[in-house]
Amino acid sequence: MIEIHNLRKTYRQGEVEVQALRGVDLTIQKGEFLAIVGPSGCGKSTLFHILGGLTPPTAGTVAIDGTDLMSLTDSQRTQLRKTTVGFVFQKYNLLPTLTVADNIEIARHIAGKRHGERDAWFEDSLNILGLRGKLDRKPRALSGGEQQRVAIARALVNHPAILLADEPTGNLDTENSEAVLTLLRDLNERTGQTILMITHNPEAAAYAHRIVRMRDGRVVA
Amino acid sequence: MILRLVLENLKHRPVRTALSTVAIGLQVTMVLTLVGVSRGMLDESARRQRGTHADILVRDGGSAIIGFSTDMKAKYLPFIQKFPGVELATGTLVQPVGMVDGITGIDYPTFNFMSGGFKFIDGGPFQGPDDLIIDDIYARSKNLKAGSTLKGMLNRDWRIAGVVESGKLSRVFVQLHVLQDLMSKSDKLTAIYVKASDPKNIDALLAQIREKMPENKALTMEELASLISVNNIPMLKTFIRVVIGLGVFIGFLVVFLSMYTAVLERTREIGILKSLGASPGYILSILLAETAMLAVIGSMLGVLFTYGTQWIMNTFVPDMVQVTTPDWWPIAAGIALSGSLIGAVYPGLKAARQDAVEALAYD
Repeated sequence: MIEIHNLRKTYRQGEVEVQALRGVDLTIQKGEFLAIVGPSGCGKSTLFHILGGLTPPTAGTVAIDGTDLMSLTDSQRTQLRKTTVGFVFQKYNLLPTLTVADNIEIARHIAGKRHGERDAWFEDSLNILGLRGKLDRKPRALSGGEQQRVAIARALVNHPAILLADEPTGNLDTENSEAVLTLLRDLNERTGQTILMITHNPEAAAYAHRIVRMRDGRVVA
Repeated sequence: MILRLVLENLKHRPVRTALSTVAIGLQVTMVLTLVGVSRGMLDESARRQRGTHADILVRDGGSAIIGFSTDMKAKYLPFIQKFPGVELATGTLVQPVGMVDGITGIDYPTFNFMSGGFKFIDGGPFQGPDDLIIDDIYARSKNLKAGSTLKGMLNRDWRIAGVVESGKLSRVFVQLHVLQDLMSKSDKLTAIYVKASDPKNIDALLAQIREKMPENKALTMEELASLISVNNIPMLKTFIRVVIGLGVFIGFLVVFLSMYTAVLERTREIGILKSLGASPGYILSILLAETAMLAVIGSMLGVLFTYGTQWIMNTFVPDMVQVTTPDWWPIAAGIALSGSLIGAVYPGLKAARQDAVEALAYD
């Protein structure tokens, strides 16, 4: 369902051209939990940004459910982020002024959905994530693990085709890391959510069904 | 949802919100105070003109609606007095003193009779050439009473002969011939006030005066009162426009700086919204909604502050009359909103155009 062929990304850093991706080939099946591992600077974050529609590729093809990201305009990539992709970041990236409920609700609002119309699937996800009693709290009143669970709930609220997680346990202690990774695996197994997780931590990658390694802008294994 | 986000953002940075709304409020107060004082002073002027109880005013042809022209020949007074249908005519000479008022020379017997009689609160009529009659508001503002000496007005010392209730043409009166001599204008007047013997004949008398004195300007007191408005005083109108322009500019600057800082502070939050699929229009609408909210709260504060300036005027400068101008509240709020929205456009566009990846990497 996600087909990546000969994907390249070059960007300028000052007067220097940096080849972040040098021909990535990868296929991700629907319902798969995939981990991409590799050292810093290997291009995994650039791949994450391209798949999430945050930046356009330079060459190659990236198709999500048949939609080629290469041909998308800025507004079509914005639409992709609304409906097809959900992000989970290392730093949680919750809006500090809003409650847990509103942090989730704003993602629905941006996607053009009506207030309060959460479905059974999402309610089930809230139960899995253990957020029921914390919906009225502000992020500053939550632990790192809880904030990351809110970020996961926000990423799932619009039923994305793919959940992209960039170092989701990078800011968490071991206990919370295990809890978040277990939640991601549970979500994948119970709801069939496709998940692509980027990490440099082999223990975290071990929770995924499949591990892909990157080095110097290419998939190596 | 946008409203909730905007409210939470405003609550999250209370100092910035308070400073921005107070600054916008002061801008609104500035406009409302200026309009209130202009209108108050003009209304007061019209009220005092009506207080003469005259029916017709005759002035020099070149005089302005509000002005102290002393170009009218005094010989017109006996001329008008002889017109059939004239019960009484009295001449006045006005010499500007200070910013907004003047000392008015009157012929006490005729003016006192025409205006229905001064109501003395303290003291009594003129007794000598150095005497002044002042109204209660002037007395309060200058801390004067009957018997006090007012020093320096027109470069001489005056004795306060009496303090009267306000509402009759001027706040400071002197005997007409004294002022004429003092100003070396013994053959000049500022205006002649005419009382018709029969109110039904005012129009006929007015037509007669206009016909026989074409070089002068004659109008009924009602016409005069209706002409005493901001719209008929070009310099005041221009001044109000300049202050409004300043108001828009101040609103623009305040909001520009405030929203520019807010956008820099919230770079990461803007990146988060973009990662959730927020379009440039969505992000711009959040910032514009926040600006509009600041402008609305600021405008309400501005109206409240206006009651403060009114109290200050009334207490410390009682001869400056400031009226409440509810019809200008939406105009002043509109001015504040326009200036604010213009100020928010550049920071808003900067936020809307921000690169999502760079914004998310911002610490």
